[in-house]
Amino acid sequence: MSGAPLLAAFRQSLGEAWAGGAGALLPLGFLGGTAVLVPLGIGTDAATLKAVGPGILWVALALASLVTLERIFQADAEDGTLDLWLQAGAPVSALAAAKTLAHWLSAGLPLALFSPVLALMFQAEASPALLVNAGLYALGSLAFFFWGGVGAALSATVRRGGLLISLIALPLYVPTAVFGALAMSGGPGSTGAPLFLAASTLFACAVAPYAMSAALRLAAD
Amino acid sequence: MNSEAPSLLSGASLGMIRGERVLFRSVSLSVCPGEALLLRGANGAGKTTLLRILAGLTRAEAGDVRRASAHHWVGHREGLKPTETPRAHLKLWAQAWGAQTGIDPVLGRMGLTRPADVAGRDLSAGQRRRTALARLLLEHRPVWLLDEPYTALDADGRALVDALIAEHRAKGGAVIAALHGEAGFPGSTDLTL
Repeated sequence: MSGAPLLAAFRQSLGEAWAGGAGALLPLGFLGGTAVLVPLGIGTDAATLKAVGPGILWVALALASLVTLERIFQADAEDGTLDLWLQAGAPVSALAAAKTLAHWLSAGLPLALFSPVLALMFQAEASPALLVNAGLYALGSLAFFFWGGVGAALSATVRRGGLLISLIALPLYVPTAVFGALAMSGGPGSTGAPLFLAASTLFACAVAPYAMSAALRLAAD
Repeated sequence: MNSEAPSLLSGASLGMIRGERVLFRSVSLSVCPGEALLLRGANGAGKTTLLRILAGLTRAEAGDVRRASAHHWVGHREGLKPTETPRAHLKLWAQAWGAQTGIDPVLGRMGLTRPADVAGRDLSAGQRRRTALARLLLEHRPVWLLDEPYTALDADGRALVDALIAEHRAKGGAVIAALHGEAGFPGSTDLTL
């Protein structure tokens, strides 16, 4: 087997995300909206904002990742593309991983890249630590997208499946959310947290494709 | 059926249940090079389901499918994205399958030269169907599984499908198609569900 089908699936998903226009910008808007509204909600005390900022962004990132996931497999199931991919001769798990990765690149990675700007809005000092945090956001969002992809695959043939995705994916988000928040807190016990975050992301990338594969086969059945 | 030629695709005593209803049971079929098998039956008889079982998309409740060769699938849904042009669609699948065929001759053959760069959402139903059928020409595969290939096609398009199928069978290919109405191909066998 060559990688040609995987590359084609990756390109198709990437092209679709950009062609969709606002699709890729929606999570970014969600994240930005959260960063603007939270200070209005909890007050503008600089010390408070500085303390809660990383955590708020982390939660907003997890929720923003859910916003666009609904369509990644549902559209394929509706227009018949899923049938073609299932017969493309490549492992379905690898195809699902390629599609999820493309989706993360177009909708997830921009969130992480945008995060230093939002952190500044939470009174964070402009320091290299912001870039480290952006890296942690990128790592964590990858796990969020893979777990969310499982929910998206399971609800591929369900109309208005967004709620179902949230219910399936949110419990799976827990380890990533815990270790990610711990890694950014910089407090006691946080030294090993980035490694645990990386481990939870690797676990997601390794396990989720197989779950997506099984779910997609079921959706086509 | 010719028992000497090796079977390209066969199904033995296939049965399928949908909900609490038996769609069909003990359906056996086989196609050899050059043959065409037409699945007939009323709406809801299970023609599409049987095709999906043969393609490996749906698991049969009973029976086995033996696929001795690669197949093409043109389903009821075209597999064309709303933002995808016919040219992009064919390029994508040629790339995915590692097919070396030039895209332009295929577009010309299918009468898609003019709408080649029009997005899927702006194409007519017939043009979308022609795009899906164009995938058949990207790469030679012995078995074609076609679900209602004439749908949305004009007289010209139907003649084109007939010609493609005749050429394919002359090259030793086989066709299994779900068809409505009286249409048929020369020398084809009917299987009524």
